[in-house]
Amino acid sequence: MRARVFITPKKGVLDPQGKAVERSLHALGFAEAHDVHLGKYIELSIEGGDRAQAERRTDEMCRRLLANGVIEDYRFELQD
Amino acid sequence: MRWGVVTFPGSNDDHDALYALDHVLGQDAVSLWHKERDLKGVDCVLLPGGFSYGDYLRCGAMARFSPIMESVVELARRGGFVWGVCNGFQVLCEAGLLPGALIRNRSLQFICTPVQLRVEETETPFTNQYTRGEIISIPIKHGEGCYIADPVTLEQLEENRQVVLRYVDSSGRATPEANPNGALNNIAGIVNAQRNVFGLMPHPEHAVEKLVGGEGGLRLFQSLITAHADGTHRPAAAVAPGH
Repeated sequence: MRARVFITPKKGVLDPQGKAVERSLHALGFAEAHDVHLGKYIELSIEGGDRAQAERRTDEMCRRLLANGVIEDYRFELQD
Repeated sequence: MRWGVVTFPGSNDDHDALYALDHVLGQDAVSLWHKERDLKGVDCVLLPGGFSYGDYLRCGAMARFSPIMESVVELARRGGFVWGVCNGFQVLCEAGLLPGALIRNRSLQFICTPVQLRVEETETPFTNQYTRGEIISIPIKHGEGCYIADPVTLEQLEENRQVVLRYVDSSGRATPEANPNGALNNIAGIVNAQRNVFGLMPHPEHAVEKLVGGEGGLRLFQSLITAHADGTHRPAAAVAPGH
């Protein structure tokens, strides 16, 4: 099974990178672009187990290492 | 007093810390390797600055899982002294020994400069040799030093007087201009509620000699040496595995 994990800055947490990219987009003439946030995308393969177990395990991976709950939110998708 | 300085792959201030402790302060300081679990009987573990594990994923995120950190967390839980400088501060936050997190500087730039700090709290083992409100100069050098915490945590930190050092201007005001990295409430250093774990972004080990960079950081070390000699903070005895 393949997991695709998306990690983004928590709402309200300062995101200077997002701000800088937004300013650059505006400078290029993309005035319609707002609320730019930069995050991380992580892919991994999961061996064995059923879907429910893979979901539980991936969630645990996110909580314990992949994301820092103080500053980041995460979500993930599983593909067979 | 016996000190241990941890070397992670990517640490680069470990030898500066050992030099400050050994040569300048005449302390018994030993090096601790990240793959080991033995703390060699030290009274304080210092997690140095650098780029442990290449800052992969997040600063300090990987170092937290190294074997030595199991022993460091255990020492902290028993009330032993644990001190993180810069990357060490990031590791302590990732390990949950200190609240909050350190994110990218507001300017997105790596900043290397001396800063003015106001000593906010002197009733800690790390700052007992300063007077409250005193302004000291210590250098910073980091790209991810912006301290943040959720509003409730931040309020608790302030209420419990756990904010030990704050970035200020030369007249001692914690203004936005004096804040080098965007840290909430101009926070440069904090202690845990038990006051035995200390984390700060500035580098006191780079401010221990008049000849190079001044002596602004010297009394942080001397404070802990004094606290240890007084015996006001003593860790509980180690519990043997299996008990």
